[in-house]
Amino acid sequence: MDDIKYTPPKHTPDIDFGTPKRTSSKQVTLNIDGRDVTVPEGTSIMAAAVEAGVMVPKLCATDSLEPFGSCRLCLVEIEGRRGYPASCTTPVAEGIQVHTQTDKLADIRRGVMELYISDHPLDCLTCAANGDCELQDMAGAVGLREVRYGYDGENHLNQAKDESNPYFTFDPSKCIVCSRCVRACEETQGTFALTIQGRGFDSKVSAGNQDFLDSECVSCGACVQACPTATLMEKTVIARGTPEHTITTTCAYCGVGCSFDAEMKGEEVVRMTPTKNGGANHGHSCVKGRFAWGYATHKDRITKPMIRKSIHEPWQEVSWDEAINYAASEIKRIQAKYGKDSVGGITSSRCTNEEVYVTQKLIRAVFGNNNVDTCARVCHSPTGYGLKQTLGESAGTQTFDSVMQADVIFVIGANPTDAHPVFGSQMKRRLRQGAKLIVADPREIELVNKSAHIRADYHLKLRPGTNVALISALSHVIVTEGLVKEDFVKARCEWDSFVTWRDFAAKPENSPEALSEALGVKVEDIRAAARLYATGGNSAIYYGLGVTEHSQGSTTVMGIANLAMATGNIGREGVGVNPLRGQNNVQGSCDMGSMPHEFPGYRHVSDDATRALFETAWGRPLSADPGLRIPNMLDLAGEGSFKAVYCVGEDIAQSDPDTQHVTHALESMECVIVQDLFLNETAMYAHVFFPGASFLEKNGTFTNAERRVSPVRRVMSPKNGMEDWEITAKLSKALGYEMNYTHASEIMDEIATLTPTFKGISFQKLDELGSIQWPCDDEHPAGTPTMHIDEFVRGKGKFFITQYVPTTEKVNAKYPLILTTGRILSQYNVGAQTRRTENVVWHDEDRIEIHPHDAEERGISEDDWVGITSRAGETVLRAKISQRVQPGVVYTTFHHPGSGANVITTDNSDWATNCPEYKVTAVQVAKVTQPSKWQQDYKKFSEEQIDFTRKPKKQTVTAQ
Amino acid sequence: MNTEKLIKMANQIGDFYEAYPDQSVVEQEIAGHLNKFWNSIMRKSIVAHVNEHQGQGLHPRVIAAIQRHLHVQ
Repeated sequence: MDDIKYTPPKHTPDIDFGTPKRTSSKQVTLNIDGRDVTVPEGTSIMAAAVEAGVMVPKLCATDSLEPFGSCRLCLVEIEGRRGYPASCTTPVAEGIQVHTQTDKLADIRRGVMELYISDHPLDCLTCAANGDCELQDMAGAVGLREVRYGYDGENHLNQAKDESNPYFTFDPSKCIVCSRCVRACEETQGTFALTIQGRGFDSKVSAGNQDFLDSECVSCGACVQACPTATLMEKTVIARGTPEHTITTTCAYCGVGCSFDAEMKGEEVVRMTPTKNGGANHGHSCVKGRFAWGYATHKDRITKPMIRKSIHEPWQEVSWDEAINYAASEIKRIQAKYGKDSVGGITSSRCTNEEVYVTQKLIRAVFGNNNVDTCARVCHSPTGYGLKQTLGESAGTQTFDSVMQADVIFVIGANPTDAHPVFGSQMKRRLRQGAKLIVADPREIELVNKSAHIRADYHLKLRPGTNVALISALSHVIVTEGLVKEDFVKARCEWDSFVTWRDFAAKPENSPEALSEALGVKVEDIRAAARLYATGGNSAIYYGLGVTEHSQGSTTVMGIANLAMATGNIGREGVGVNPLRGQNNVQGSCDMGSMPHEFPGYRHVSDDATRALFETAWGRPLSADPGLRIPNMLDLAGEGSFKAVYCVGEDIAQSDPDTQHVTHALESMECVIVQDLFLNETAMYAHVFFPGASFLEKNGTFTNAERRVSPVRRVMSPKNGMEDWEITAKLSKALGYEMNYTHASEIMDEIATLTPTFKGISFQKLDELGSIQWPCDDEHPAGTPTMHIDEFVRGKGKFFITQYVPTTEKVNAKYPLILTTGRILSQYNVGAQTRRTENVVWHDEDRIEIHPHDAEERGISEDDWVGITSRAGETVLRAKISQRVQPGVVYTTFHHPGSGANVITTDNSDWATNCPEYKVTAVQVAKVTQPSKWQQDYKKFSEEQIDFTRKPKKQTVTAQ
Repeated sequence: MNTEKLIKMANQIGDFYEAYPDQSVVEQEIAGHLNKFWNSIMRKSIVAHVNEHQGQGLHPRVIAAIQRHLHVQ
């Protein structure tokens, strides 16, 4: 590590301008304390003062919130005006002379501070905010030296602390009732869980007359971030003290890709705070990224490599060299015995770009085949396929900020407030400003009617599995009512493909009248929604796994692109096709060539020129044959010809459909190598375990749903001894191929050399710009926020006919209900991370949501154990009676392995990509008294496997 | 490889192109999809099924696509 060309930057503290930045074409010049300053019209005097280098004392103002003018500390004098206006609420004016420090102002401020301090505990030395308290700072700034009122009068000092939230405390005795927390909950998060209760002296912050844990608070941390005192304080800061250095990195949870400041004490994280200038999150966070990072140091982490010959034997802890050499010898043995194509690898969207890149390189260049796939197979592979076909690039078209220019927001099969919460808050902000909302979802998601001041204009509560029918019906209305933007289509799209599509869409069988019954949606709602989307101004579509995880997932994605092209809603701010990616690096893992048919940058393996480029760079011959997808690998493993898999960060035994099929495949392999933080479900079937590093322990990059490449920075030493890319490089070396990187930045340099869309990206540039949206090349050196502006990546946009083909997973007398699956705010994916945090207080088990009508028919009450049986298997969950689901539909999450949600999902999949049809499974449910047989077997098996890690076997395991 | 599964997958691809007016283009598109996304083991298996069992269970347009345009290394 002595030749690292890249040095990470030092963190510079943020400046608080007191009020949000304003934009205006008109500039205003004023004078503050003798300094001339020019700012956009609409800027507050307070923010202008900061621009001029003058800090006006303040308490209730912070630049993430609209000014409020309550604390009376930021008063100023303006020549020629009477009184002492608050600088936070007073906008600048041309030519005014402002004074921020006069004897009179000093008197007023001291008086204000005196009142605050007279009702505030004087325990600064032992207070958790000591050194990080704005009240303390302001007492110093105004020169407060005495409190004439004494401390014996009526006060709030003995109010009880609310410690119910697992991550932060609320101490009302320290509250100055500045309302920053209340406003943050409203403006930043959009939950409106907090209020100021009472009047005058009785005014107090309240979470709706209940403790924080039981309130509507979603623990996003915005209130804690905004609090100027120790009233709302992270429990980790209370326990550990204030941090001493900060490193900016990127969250490892969802596809929003929030930027976070890891605030550290040595190698210990004290707290994670959202980066104010984070390109994706602009200083906001959710409960996962802000608080649920404790899994990185959880006791369940395995930090020593382990090997074993059989999954029925205890693990043996070995050195890294032994583990690597054993794995390499097994791969060599298996390839010699069964052929070079008998092995492959799986990457995860939880991996960094650099890790994914080296893993696919290992498989293509060293294993000698293209048998590499990634977990996008089971989530957004239809997005990659559908958008490449229609628009020419396998990626979303916009920035998240684009939503602020949208007039109509169309959410299909996505639940942003739970699965992409920080973007969900931004979307809610736009909706509160008046944008119209169409939601197409079988279930009443929060956006429909459960968010304060937001109500969907249309909730198209369609039946699971009918997305394409809906797209067809919407297309029919747009085509037959003359709502197509023909000028756009003529200029930007393949006219012939449009005509074919138009004629198809116009057919009577695609009319809302013909499809209404199949959809379960009223004709008039379909027609009105189509008209609104086509004519409502800037219309933007946001979609998620409710679109992709169907047998016609790719068809729906193409249909969405058709709608956007036909109405001219693409190629500028405020519109577009926006896939909301599930995990942090879904986009990146696909960009980096972890699909079996594509090299990095979405170039097909059969393309001779691309293959030659990589063969020259890597010095190995490469195969032109598309590799096996995950389900293909599993099928062949079950049949006996696929024998080894290198699984990096992915947990197919929990996340992939038809669990029993997956575990049978894993049991059939001779060498399963798992690289992970924990003994995950797949690792229970493994022969080699490489302990991985958490996102806090490694360098790299993640690429979020808006193509934003953001830096991941090592803030502590890897507990396992090395970063994940180093493990892959060591395995490669043991297989006879050296990867000579000394730092993750050098992997990105290689990616940039070989991938045109990443040509201008380097770690250094990421540090300069914060983040970069690809394509980043000579033409777009700072990246490309909005795609397809003047022309589509493929040249002309191409329309595809999207014929509705009902799924073969049909309900019948035996399986009369449709099970659909989804996510919850506090948990993430398979739960491996969030289940090992305090987030379990909000969701400690997966439940089956069932409509009261269906429950009553079956004699099921709330909390009853119910068996759910499908054509694939059976599991048992507790019932939650809910009208959020429609009659005939049941719903569950899949965050806990013992729930066995994927024991019942089937192997039905998308026609183009094999993305599983998680969203439609025909089931029957019935009241039961005990767990399913699978659950009983699972419990026994998993306990035995965990026990195997605790009692390492002594004898040496050697290659067969 | 499990032929039944391959038949189902190939027919799904065929279904997508059902509404396209020009069936000769459809055959090329279906085969193009298989060439681009199916591994050679899968392509060989489906070709063998067409050759040995007259493509039983496959839609005629899928059989035609495989016979006329599928590449097997």
